[in-house]
Amino acid sequence: MMLLPCPWCGPRSAGEFRFTGESGPRPDPTTTTTDEWRSYLYLQDNPCGWSREGWYHGAGCRRFFTVERNTLSNEVRATGGPR
Amino acid sequence: MVTSTNGAHGQNGNGHRPSRLRDYSAWTLFRRGLDGSDWPRAWHDHDLRSSYDAVIIGGGVHGLATAYYLAKNHGIRNVAVLEKSYIGGGGSGRNTAILRSNYLTPEGVRFYDRSVKLYEHLAADLNFNVMFSQRGHLTLAHNDSSLRTMHWRTEVNKLQGVDSEVIGPDKIKELVPYLDTSERTRYPILGALYHPPGGIIRHDAVVWGYARGADAHGVHIHQKTEVTGIDVEHGRVTGVQTTRGRIATPIVLNATAGWSTLISNMAGVKMPVQTFPLQAAVTEPVKPFLDTVVVSGTLHVYVSQSDRGELVFGASVDPFASYSIRGSLEFTEGIAGHVLELMPPLSKMRLLRQWAGLCDMTPDYSPIMGPTDVEGFYVDVGWGTYGFKAGPVAGEAMAACIADRRPPEIISAFGLDRFLAGRLVGEKGAAAVGH
Repeated sequence: MMLLPCPWCGPRSAGEFRFTGESGPRPDPTTTTTDEWRSYLYLQDNPCGWSREGWYHGAGCRRFFTVERNTLSNEVRATGGPR
Repeated sequence: MVTSTNGAHGQNGNGHRPSRLRDYSAWTLFRRGLDGSDWPRAWHDHDLRSSYDAVIIGGGVHGLATAYYLAKNHGIRNVAVLEKSYIGGGGSGRNTAILRSNYLTPEGVRFYDRSVKLYEHLAADLNFNVMFSQRGHLTLAHNDSSLRTMHWRTEVNKLQGVDSEVIGPDKIKELVPYLDTSERTRYPILGALYHPPGGIIRHDAVVWGYARGADAHGVHIHQKTEVTGIDVEHGRVTGVQTTRGRIATPIVLNATAGWSTLISNMAGVKMPVQTFPLQAAVTEPVKPFLDTVVVSGTLHVYVSQSDRGELVFGASVDPFASYSIRGSLEFTEGIAGHVLELMPPLSKMRLLRQWAGLCDMTPDYSPIMGPTDVEGFYVDVGWGTYGFKAGPVAGEAMAACIADRRPPEIISAFGLDRFLAGRLVGEKGAAAVGH
């Protein structure tokens, strides 16, 4: 069972969380072009190794946070605060 | 587009079969039984040539089928298939071997129906027994919205000439007596989408049959040969770097699953793909009692009984992206509970083993096939949870795409350019779980 360290609740089973995908800078909706917006929506880095991604603690504190996880070994290195 | 089974076979077969492919027959079995001689190797090892007309990355059903149809339908035989491990060791050997064509969109139905038609004649075409068993495929509806989607799918299927109908609990009980169709369950069964042409096949045999067929046509299959780089000069492909040396080639096809992002990145092409593991499991063998494929989208489970008597269970993809193929206890618990909700008499069955394969999910649950911005670099990726059943048609279409330098009509909706153009296919209703 994979444990995820929630910054507010401590290490909890991954089943309590929802994976929200890779986190990256979101383009400014007022100035972005259609191509940039669709690239942001669809194109992924999908790295094999360390990845920075968002999780949502749906069955706990119901807050979003950022995790660094190795997608090959599922090892978790660090968690960030709220984003 | 030829839609009749005979027509499909004739179009593909062209009446041409190389004599070396006619090795397996009742007579040769009898003769070799008498003289006790060894069977010849079905495919051969070769030295790596310094150049090929086309290089296919990925020795699974898609890569091998593309090589086979390139050689057979288009006469392009100087082709290498590069596989980093052994052929059929990835998604082709990790799926649950279910075939069907009852999709939701006309593009999807037409495409997968062509694949089922090719599968129906594959054993004769390849002279290799692929053990296709068209036993019927049931997708259960546990709520009004899925029943409504099934009526929708039935109508789309009928328009495309695919045999599908919605049936009620009584008929379901007749087809699968061990299914709990009572109203006492947590998710009562309201009906099902019944798809008689669906079934199961021996997935290893499909890979081996294509490998043998491609090899007989002169294709080189290189196992234990990993691609480490793709050479691109002035926007076009010039070669690939491998662990066994460099190959010069004007055409490279990425036919990998799980690693498709990493291979495309080598050519500088970004992919709208996320890789998720999908777990499956198999029980100890028991006497035959289940002669249809049973799928429940609500319970995230599909069940079939293999020819050896084992029950094969599959689920939807794991809840987060990963390249890890380790099994998890959550999966075992979940699948056991869901199978027992469907078929309570199975409570004493024991699981033999579980495994995982990697699924490259795209935003619209449809594959990415065709050319890219890099000239000569083609992709046949993003096969999510529905890649194995599309192997023959994907091979046939990608071979035509490479030979003619443009995608054939049957895959024109699946191009990589659809994401930036905002033309997504929308197969989600049918492909999110079902097999």
